[in-house]
Amino acid sequence: MSQISINHDEVDIVIGALQLDLKSFMEEWRPVFSLFHLIIVKDPDLKGELEIPAGFNFDLYTKSDIDGVVGSSSNAISFSGYSCRYFGYLMSRKKYIISIDDDCIPARDSAGNFVDAVSQHITNLSTPATPFFFNTLYDPFCKGADFVRGYPFSLRSGVDCGLSCGLWLNLADLDAPTQALKPELRNTRYVDAVLTVPARTMMPVSGINISFNRELVGPALLPAFRLAKEGNLRWETVEDIWTGMCVKVVCDQLRLGVKSGLPYVWRKERGDAIESLKKEWEGVKLMEDVVPFFQSLRLSTSAATAEDCLSEIAAVVKEQLAPANPVFARAAETMVEWVKLWKRVQTQ
Amino acid sequence: MATADISKSSPPLKDELDIVIPTIRNLDFLEMWRPFFQPYHLIIVQDGDPSKVIKVPEGFDYELYNRNDINKILGPKSSCISFKDSACRCFGYMVSKKKYIFTIDDDCFVAKDPTGKEINALEQHIKNLLTPSTPFFFNTLYDPYREGADFVRGYPFSLREGAPTAVSHGLWLNIPDYDAPTQLVKPRERNTRYVDAVMTIPKGTLFPMCGMNLAFNRELIGPAMYFGLMGDGQPIGRYDDMWAGWCTKVICDHLGLGIKTGLPYIWHSKASNPFVNLKKEYKGIYWQEELIPFFQSATLSKDATTVQKCYLELSKQVKAKLGKVDDYFNKLADAMVTWVEAWDELNPSAGGSTGVTNGSAK
Repeated sequence: MSQISINHDEVDIVIGALQLDLKSFMEEWRPVFSLFHLIIVKDPDLKGELEIPAGFNFDLYTKSDIDGVVGSSSNAISFSGYSCRYFGYLMSRKKYIISIDDDCIPARDSAGNFVDAVSQHITNLSTPATPFFFNTLYDPFCKGADFVRGYPFSLRSGVDCGLSCGLWLNLADLDAPTQALKPELRNTRYVDAVLTVPARTMMPVSGINISFNRELVGPALLPAFRLAKEGNLRWETVEDIWTGMCVKVVCDQLRLGVKSGLPYVWRKERGDAIESLKKEWEGVKLMEDVVPFFQSLRLSTSAATAEDCLSEIAAVVKEQLAPANPVFARAAETMVEWVKLWKRVQTQ
Repeated sequence: MATADISKSSPPLKDELDIVIPTIRNLDFLEMWRPFFQPYHLIIVQDGDPSKVIKVPEGFDYELYNRNDINKILGPKSSCISFKDSACRCFGYMVSKKKYIFTIDDDCFVAKDPTGKEINALEQHIKNLLTPSTPFFFNTLYDPYREGADFVRGYPFSLREGAPTAVSHGLWLNIPDYDAPTQLVKPRERNTRYVDAVMTIPKGTLFPMCGMNLAFNRELIGPAMYFGLMGDGQPIGRYDDMWAGWCTKVICDHLGLGIKTGLPYIWHSKASNPFVNLKKEYKGIYWQEELIPFFQSATLSKDATTVQKCYLELSKQVKAKLGKVDDYFNKLADAMVTWVEAWDELNPSAGGSTGVTNGSAK
């Protein structure tokens, strides 16, 4: 599907390793991953040696690296569990970053072809987005498609894409109550489209299969929203949902686009929704406050960079949400510390 | 296959839905749709020369209106109904007595899905209309009410009831609905991509509504579906459905109703002449640049609690803000008022009419 010639030097693939044995994961992705530079970050809580097969060009970061770089900020910012990947984003110097959970393998499309998720993400990031008016034929820059009758001409050049959110076949990213109610539900529908999520429309961004333009929105991909009983299954987290809303607000403010749709990855069965549900309800409840908050958030016109936007968001979180729940107070603090850390590390 | 389905169980909404078809040529296309359309009542709006006899294929239950009928029924108010343009179809919406409308162009045929199965477009539209929309928060797995889908992690439970669906906007395989400049540049492009999704267009976002394959809940949004002044004697064409779509979206957003787009696909067979289209669209291409910011910033007052009230408020804003773009918009604003008056005359006891006792038909 991709007609873009990819400059591989512009891409880092960041993998958060939440399990020691990465062999089958890496082998499945070898046809794609072997062409790029990888940043592998080991969950600092994971004990033991990672097993990574040969033939990959990668940098590995572990707890000691994290402690070394983050230093005194390490009290405020946690890189445990799924958040370990954010350290990889901090270390990268590339334009595009792609991140896929380590329990996902390449999918096949409806014709049975191997889906090169990396290539599709890069296409999404390097072609314009169209957030100001909805195109009913979805991505107008895709081969075989275009803007439809009635689409204003002044909006047809589009804007830069800041974030690309992919999807999942087999185990979809449903919350624990939903999956527990429908244990047999698997996503088998391959929807052959990429679309731009309109400006000022909020959405739940799943961290399972995403990519972003680090130069444009890098600091907005941050580890801030940690639940008290957060675990190592996506059902036991909402950190990516929080981060995704920050990114969307930043993109809306900076007039960048967020795309959703292709590529698909195949998500393997892991965990038990009912067990997760017994452990963790908090995340689901917190969304009731989080979503309206982000929907009504308006930043000042002077917030012209991702860092500025994040500082403003953190201040409003502290003022409006923090009084209700310590999770929000911690999130606001972490966001402030993260922006400081990002600035420090990026200028080195 | 489809005939067997119909004999098994009653077609959904058989007595609650009208199919509105504008035509100036013939209705031969209905033969292909027979298995899916025959149980339903048709409203044919005959455009052009009223002395021409348009033959409706045997076996269909229908009412047909030509220009003479329109003039007779509406009297002086018939001035709001376009002539020599498929925009005249909105007359069919007005005279219908049903809760739901499906409208389709006479060059649209039954499409096949990727498995080769013929698509019952009407059935899919009905599914879309009878399940809620989700305009307030985007679901990345698209329509969560579809079989095999659901709300994703992070979607608040308080938003999972959704909003009532007012409009179902279908798409087209083969000849895509491009504007004239795009048609000229890409005369051979065909839409071959079957995107297996229905999704809600988020609140606050406008879209280009195509009238070729469209269904809506007439009780929820009918009076907003005015297709404007196009065709004979008018400076513009091919913006009828666009105009209706922008008005409808603003009003749906205000009233908390949803609009879905995506499935079903129909097969669009006829590519209209791009040079003829260019002449019709020419002014629209420039005017659109003013219209979009107008609709994007349009707000309706708290008192606008019915579709008619919303529409009349909008018409005042059209006159105030767009009248200076071209005098056409002054005429259009007046026609919008005429349309609502005519609608209320023909639909006196419908729930939500301005100033009349609200006997809710729900």
